[in-house]
Amino acid sequence: MNLAPVLPILIPLCAGALSLACWRSIRLQRLIAVIATGLLLAVSIWLLMLTMEHGFLVVEMGSWPAPFSIVFVADVLSAIMIVLTGLIGLAIAIYSLASIPNGHQRFGYFPLMHLLLAGVGGAFLTGDIFNLFVWFEVMLLASFALLTLGGERAQMEGAIKYVTLNLFSSAMFLSAVGLLYGMVGTLNMADIAQKVNSVEDPGMVTVVSMMFMISFGIKAAAFPLFFWLPASYHTPQVAVSALFAGLLTKVGVYALYRVFTLIFTQEVGYTHTILLWAATLTMITGVLGAAAQFEFRRILSFHIISQIGYMILGLALFTPLALIGGVFYIMHHIIVKTNLFLVSGITYRLLGSYELKDLGGVYRQRPYLALLFLIPALSLAGIPPLSGFFAKFIVVRASLEASEHLVAGVALLVGLLTLYSMIKIWAEVFWKKLPEHVTDDSRLNGEVKDKGSWALYVPVVGLAVCTLIIGLYGQPIYILAETAADQLMNPQLYIEAVLGGQSQ
Amino acid sequence: MATLMAYVIGLLFTASIYMMLRRSIVKLVIGLIILSNAANLLIFVVAGLTRGAPPLIPEGAQQISGAVADPLPQALILTAIVIAFSVLAFAVVLIRRAYEVVGTDDLDQMKDTDT
Repeated sequence: MNLAPVLPILIPLCAGALSLACWRSIRLQRLIAVIATGLLLAVSIWLLMLTMEHGFLVVEMGSWPAPFSIVFVADVLSAIMIVLTGLIGLAIAIYSLASIPNGHQRFGYFPLMHLLLAGVGGAFLTGDIFNLFVWFEVMLLASFALLTLGGERAQMEGAIKYVTLNLFSSAMFLSAVGLLYGMVGTLNMADIAQKVNSVEDPGMVTVVSMMFMISFGIKAAAFPLFFWLPASYHTPQVAVSALFAGLLTKVGVYALYRVFTLIFTQEVGYTHTILLWAATLTMITGVLGAAAQFEFRRILSFHIISQIGYMILGLALFTPLALIGGVFYIMHHIIVKTNLFLVSGITYRLLGSYELKDLGGVYRQRPYLALLFLIPALSLAGIPPLSGFFAKFIVVRASLEASEHLVAGVALLVGLLTLYSMIKIWAEVFWKKLPEHVTDDSRLNGEVKDKGSWALYVPVVGLAVCTLIIGLYGQPIYILAETAADQLMNPQLYIEAVLGGQSQ
Repeated sequence: MATLMAYVIGLLFTASIYMMLRRSIVKLVIGLIILSNAANLLIFVVAGLTRGAPPLIPEGAQQISGAVADPLPQALILTAIVIAFSVLAFAVVLIRRAYEVVGTDDLDQMKDTDT
């Protein structure tokens, strides 16, 4: 039995347990964090290579045959998501060494981070719909605790909205799973996909699919259910914000991709049209919300929403090219968005604020930091030759080929407005002079040496290099996305791999 | 029986959403408790109610004969209850802490991070 698909869950779980055992020694916890996330990244790359070779890897828990056991399935899309989880996990672990205050580290920051990664990994790999719910909850509980660690007023206010909306979405998800089970009598996703077409009342299947859409839509922060995100993402420590921004909403997007390519493909004309409009409106509201903001992390939070729109657009068009674009977009977005949050953390460290009006003059003192901001920022806006250009190019081209000219136009316009927001940050934070009311710039001009700040720059540089690689050397990445999309368009392959007894 | 349960579940969902729309954070959490119970009950009923037929293989037989209760939904509910319990434990601590920090239980006054 090949355990490769389970390792990306086991490693962070064990690391979390180990960190809890080393509760008193922060140094050990920090060491475990970096080693475990590095190991996670290595294993996930191995997993991706295995899935590219074999197509699907299936592990049946307890060796019970497939529809009766809980299965873990790694296809190329899951493996890609796991690689990104490992990459972001490693970047955040290194960044946290310098950016998370000691008090937070002492109260279990690292164990929670591992638990979050385990939940995310489980959600990406499971092939059982109820198990997906469980991993969602593991991830959510860890994220609740990370969000409130520190206990400041803004965090509490943000957390109440975050917790409520996510619990509502979970209850909706659970009800939908129950109703689906009532109709098909199984929880294995491949088995559901097989049996869902022979349900007596196909209308009910569509109703249940809408419940899944709403539930995952809340988690993915799609229009009109996104408002918990900008209310909470800018409140915790910046490393936590970056981790959430990179991974959490993408789990919702992944779940949408999974169920709306595998299970709910009976009434594509209905469900995917709704997704199409949700995607379009998500793009517009997100980017307009960002245009109205003047706080570094809030601008970035709203841009998460608008970018989610592009990813859902890839799913909604439901053509092979569109899915390639969507998968490519997810890869590009996770790296770039995390990186932008990390840069905002560095400027906060230099000047002690996230408000654009309190920031300035960074370009003059730290030109290399300005460059490090510019790479992900321009990539987000879709400037060639960075990764965002190709991601947007594929999605827009797919929508033109599907004769959705209006949607393509909106996607392009949103790209332009994204550029506007990024230029706003550029002009305010990096280019303009330091405002006169800011008196303490000793860190910025280097009078006060910032010990250990290398740990802030290493992940930023690393992720910027990843962006450049995706942009300049896009062919292998495109092939990855193409293989993933190919598997998504042929759910029969997935069903055969899980139920056909081809497991190892 | 199933019809009656359907009304009960509907009532629970209604009540929970009503409570969640109130301003007080305590009522919000009560709404969440009812919501998770409603979802659990829904799973229980949707999978079919079978009375007095536990899924046990009689002695000497190789497999179950006749209609028996499906044990899986009950396992699901059990899992969901445990998860809901831990989440609610967190939510209770959260509202207490929020009340301490913000000094009010009125959701309308917790809008600092919204705009």
